Amino acid sequence: MIALETHDLTVTYRKRPVLYGIDVVIPEGNLIGIVGPNGAGKSTLIKAVMGVVRSTGGWVKVFGKPVKESLKRIGYVPQRESIDWEFPVTVMDVALMGTYGKLGPFRWVGEEQRRRAREALERVGMLPYAKRQIGNLSGGQQQRVFLARALAQDSDLYLMDEPFAGVDAATESAIVELLKELRSQGKTVIVVHHDLQSAREYFDMLLLLNMRLVAFGPTAEVFTTELLQKTYGGRLTILSEMAEKAAREGTGKLHPKNEP
Amino acid sequence: MDLLAATDIIIPTKLLVWFGLACFFTALGCSQVGTFLVMRKMSLVGDAISHSVLPGIVLAFLVVGTLDSPWLLIGAGLSGVLATLLIELIHYRSRIKQDAAIGISFTSLFALGVLLIGLKAGKVDLDPDCVIFGQVEYLQGYPRVEWWGLEFPRPLVSFAVVGVSATVVVAVLYRILLVSSFDPSLAASYGYFPAVVQLVLMGLTSFVVVSAFQAVGAILVIALLILPGATAYLCANRLPMILLLAGVHALLSSVGGVWLALSLGINTGAAVVLAGGGLFTLAWLFGPVDGVVVRLWMRRRAGEGREPVSACE
Repeated sequence: MIALETHDLTVTYRKRPVLYGIDVVIPEGNLIGIVGPNGAGKSTLIKAVMGVVRSTGGWVKVFGKPVKESLKRIGYVPQRESIDWEFPVTVMDVALMGTYGKLGPFRWVGEEQRRRAREALERVGMLPYAKRQIGNLSGGQQQRVFLARALAQDSDLYLMDEPFAGVDAATESAIVELLKELRSQGKTVIVVHHDLQSAREYFDMLLLLNMRLVAFGPTAEVFTTELLQKTYGGRLTILSEMAEKAAREGTGKLHPKNEP
Repeated sequence: MDLLAATDIIIPTKLLVWFGLACFFTALGCSQVGTFLVMRKMSLVGDAISHSVLPGIVLAFLVVGTLDSPWLLIGAGLSGVLATLLIELIHYRSRIKQDAAIGISFTSLFALGVLLIGLKAGKVDLDPDCVIFGQVEYLQGYPRVEWWGLEFPRPLVSFAVVGVSATVVVAVLYRILLVSSFDPSLAASYGYFPAVVQLVLMGLTSFVVVSAFQAVGAILVIALLILPGATAYLCANRLPMILLLAGVHALLSSVGGVWLALSLGINTGAAVVLAGGGLFTLAWLFGPVDGVVVRLWMRRRAGEGREPVSACE
């Protein structure tokens, strides 16, 4: 079964193209990384799939239907920076929001919804913080809360925008474990990722993107110098040097870690 | 201009209750809708709407001839939504940014309203002072209606209808407003389309602004929209609590305002806003969540260093 299919998906922003004619067919039950340089349109791609960003051409189908009909089967984890962390909601409130999609806007939140939210928080280890306002958490904890919200949505396809950005190493590995667990339940997880080094270990399949689709396929097949060169252009040299340096230092990370 | 001060006679309790209720219902509707404006960082759009409803009110008034007709609500709603559309239109279709677009749209529409009043001022009874500063005091001049043996001026009934129904609409749409304010992308994925939610909220804002117009006038409306939510935001960490406290703020500033107007002999609208501002100052200093004093105390406690107090753990 096909989880996500796009045909000639194009997005322009103020007459400047951001994504050009993306044709991709993503099979169900995989852990997929979207990789590419800054400004390659990685976030835009998943936002266009969700309809959060309006596409100027092409179409998207999710589980064989137009997105509008399958929205309830999609869980979306936004980029951390797009959230107002001072917003007056608690950890529990955010997890509960995951249940609103299936509940609809006008029915009361019942014990069933609360139970699902608690379970989701339990799975990411955030239940003890349920009553805390989301601003009083570390970056990694905040990310886990949003994962819990996605879990509470109980979706079949997950789209995550840089879930590893600004989280500590412990949270990163916890998230990876969770993503693998989702995959083993037959869910499809698509993750925007900007760290090439770890992309190779984390994902079954990679989508290499630089405004156009460079390649999509099993990680072993597309993680080649030639294709990466094509994706990153001249910048790859710098990137691979950085990656090697990071590997030598034993951190395995390209981006700075967030302070808790 | 000010009846309370000018008449200098003993004011019957009944009148005071009317003034207080009029201010409260007005402030209540504004507080519930305004809290979402504050949460969405759209306070200035609220200001824009509160001014742009003027031409709609004036046109409707010129057609129907009274200040308490439902047509005024409709006229105001339409011109408020028109202002929002203008703002979006200017800002999406050109390189003008949103703040400038707001400044252009609402001043132009407000000026149009003032011009309309000016042109027709001789022929109709619509006082520019009343529009700009508001006159709760004129309540006593209106025809009365009787319910359960109690007497009310007609506008008070419409204040109550607007205030209560705005509160009910916010309660019914609560979850949609919450999700779309907090995370528009999640809201969109649930089918709560941000553009639609935005228009609904703007429509609601125009709706509550009209009665606020009559109570405190065009200039001070923004205070009733922003102060309750902003004050409550300093005192609580969850949205339902904030909405409740905003309602309490509306009540206290109305009661305090009427008392202040009476004892100082000033315009009731201004007094209500002043009372509300005073409550905000208290919350800003002593608010349990983000008050200045609380933060100082936390810092000192953290500074003592015996027990490291961190925001995270």
